[in-house]
Amino acid sequence: MSTVTKSTGPAAVPLRFATPIGGVAGTSFKPEHLQAILAAGPRRGFFEVHAENYMGDGGPPHRALEAIRRDHPLSLHGVCMSIGGPRPLDKAHLARFRGLVARYQPALVSEHLAWSTHETSFFNDLLPLPYTEATLACVCDHIDQVQEAIRRPLLLENPSTYVAFRESSMRETEFIRAIAERTGCGLLLDVNNVFVSAANHGYSALDYLADFPLSRVQEIHLAGHAEQADDEGDLLLIDSHDGPVADAVWKLYEIVIQRRGAVPTLIEWDSRIPDWPVLQAEAAAAQVILDRHQSAAMAGERHAA
Amino acid sequence: MRPEPGSSFATSFAQALLDPARGTPEIVTGPNGKAASRRYDVYRNNVTVSLIEALAAVYPAVQRITGAEFFRAMARFHVRSHPPTSPLLFEYGREFPRFIEAYEHAQAMPWLADVARIERAWLDAYHAGDAAPLSPDRLSAIAPARLADAVFIPHPAMRIVRSPYSAVTIFAANRDDAPVERIDASTPEDALITRPEFDVAVRHLPAGGAVFAACLASGQPLGEAAATALDASPDFDIASNIAGLIEAGAFTSLAAGDA
Repeated sequence: MSTVTKSTGPAAVPLRFATPIGGVAGTSFKPEHLQAILAAGPRRGFFEVHAENYMGDGGPPHRALEAIRRDHPLSLHGVCMSIGGPRPLDKAHLARFRGLVARYQPALVSEHLAWSTHETSFFNDLLPLPYTEATLACVCDHIDQVQEAIRRPLLLENPSTYVAFRESSMRETEFIRAIAERTGCGLLLDVNNVFVSAANHGYSALDYLADFPLSRVQEIHLAGHAEQADDEGDLLLIDSHDGPVADAVWKLYEIVIQRRGAVPTLIEWDSRIPDWPVLQAEAAAAQVILDRHQSAAMAGERHAA
Repeated sequence: MRPEPGSSFATSFAQALLDPARGTPEIVTGPNGKAASRRYDVYRNNVTVSLIEALAAVYPAVQRITGAEFFRAMARFHVRSHPPTSPLLFEYGREFPRFIEAYEHAQAMPWLADVARIERAWLDAYHAGDAAPLSPDRLSAIAPARLADAVFIPHPAMRIVRSPYSAVTIFAANRDDAPVERIDASTPEDALITRPEFDVAVRHLPAGGAVFAACLASGQPLGEAAATALDASPDFDIASNIAGLIEAGAFTSLAAGDA
């Protein structure tokens, strides 16, 4: 365990934003937007980064992240912990992740219900897992290790998937609920992933959401998806993160906010990245929905008082 | 240690990801008895394409030289035979220069692997630890009698790449979109890669400079390193070489010996 608890890197940036950060909309931080973001000055919202891009020792990536973090809350989104895989977690990777949490004091810390490494190979994709008692025990064990290392709850993200496993014995919502109950982790609800998986597996996104432990949700992701076809020629949705959020996903998002209340919401855009104003406009659209709900909730409280 | 539950699912799922000769794993399915071939292919495609793109991000000059189609075909072979072993993609592709050297269709470009080596070193310098470079005043403060014993500590970003071809010129001409003039590839060139602040710099080292810099970086005292460099190259000039290395930010500090 010494590798996990060892302090790494320079001194922590002081924690300037209380967690939770409330009902604000944020965006992925992409280095090509750095100058535009800094030129515009501090703004309401937050930025999310993929943790692995900041696991080098030094150089421009850390300088950019320090500049962003100085004026905005940060969300640290791990992509490669391989929590859903059967192999033991990579201790060196866990130590690097812990080091970033200590250094940048993010408001939100999340990872995926997926795996990306097996044996010695890293596949650079979020791969699916069967939902069984055995995989549940393994995932919970991995999340316990992560939470012990970072000394705070992790938010676990629901996946988008294209295949199911014959051996699965639980619904995804059931599996995720059990993880949250056993480990005490929070949840990151990716509404686009719900939409994509529902279309791909032929179930209702609303039924999925009705069964999802919404009270555990502390962050929401919204993103664009692409359309392909499956073996039968039916629609297969791809979680591509390369375009604007679809209208149907906005609709689902409004339903989630009405039920759950306002939570930090991120616009994810990882490929074919647009100019900063385009990404900012997507976040502004989410903020309108969050604000509308928050003012309605406040009016409701005044009315009740 | 308790047994690893469900390890079979990941093994079965992973085996076909980078091997197009293997069929769709039996363990996966579409909904309601639908087939899973094209569904599983989404994962194969994500893995292969994203790793090819990772190599293209590390080796932009190589891609510009070969063209995207040639590069992607070459990278696809490499991705399948050498998938990454670290989840940090900026560490990926260390075997790629050697792969290029042996790649049948790249034999007409014998300098291409060295251009790739410079690009790999560039990215290592980019992510290397931050450190203030050695000030030139530190060297002039040392008594002349003790100069030969001075030992230099290399900056974390400092790298040296030696080539029997004009790899530095070819690298520099292909890292952006500007038009490239015809380059004589036959002049041996050695590269010094540094990052004194936040911008990576690639310099062409003078005669004997690479041997000299490598000796200093390995901890040899200045006098010994200069003698080795002179042996390797009679044209070696110690004054301009040491000044050039310090100015480039190759070192963080020096010790002048115990005396």
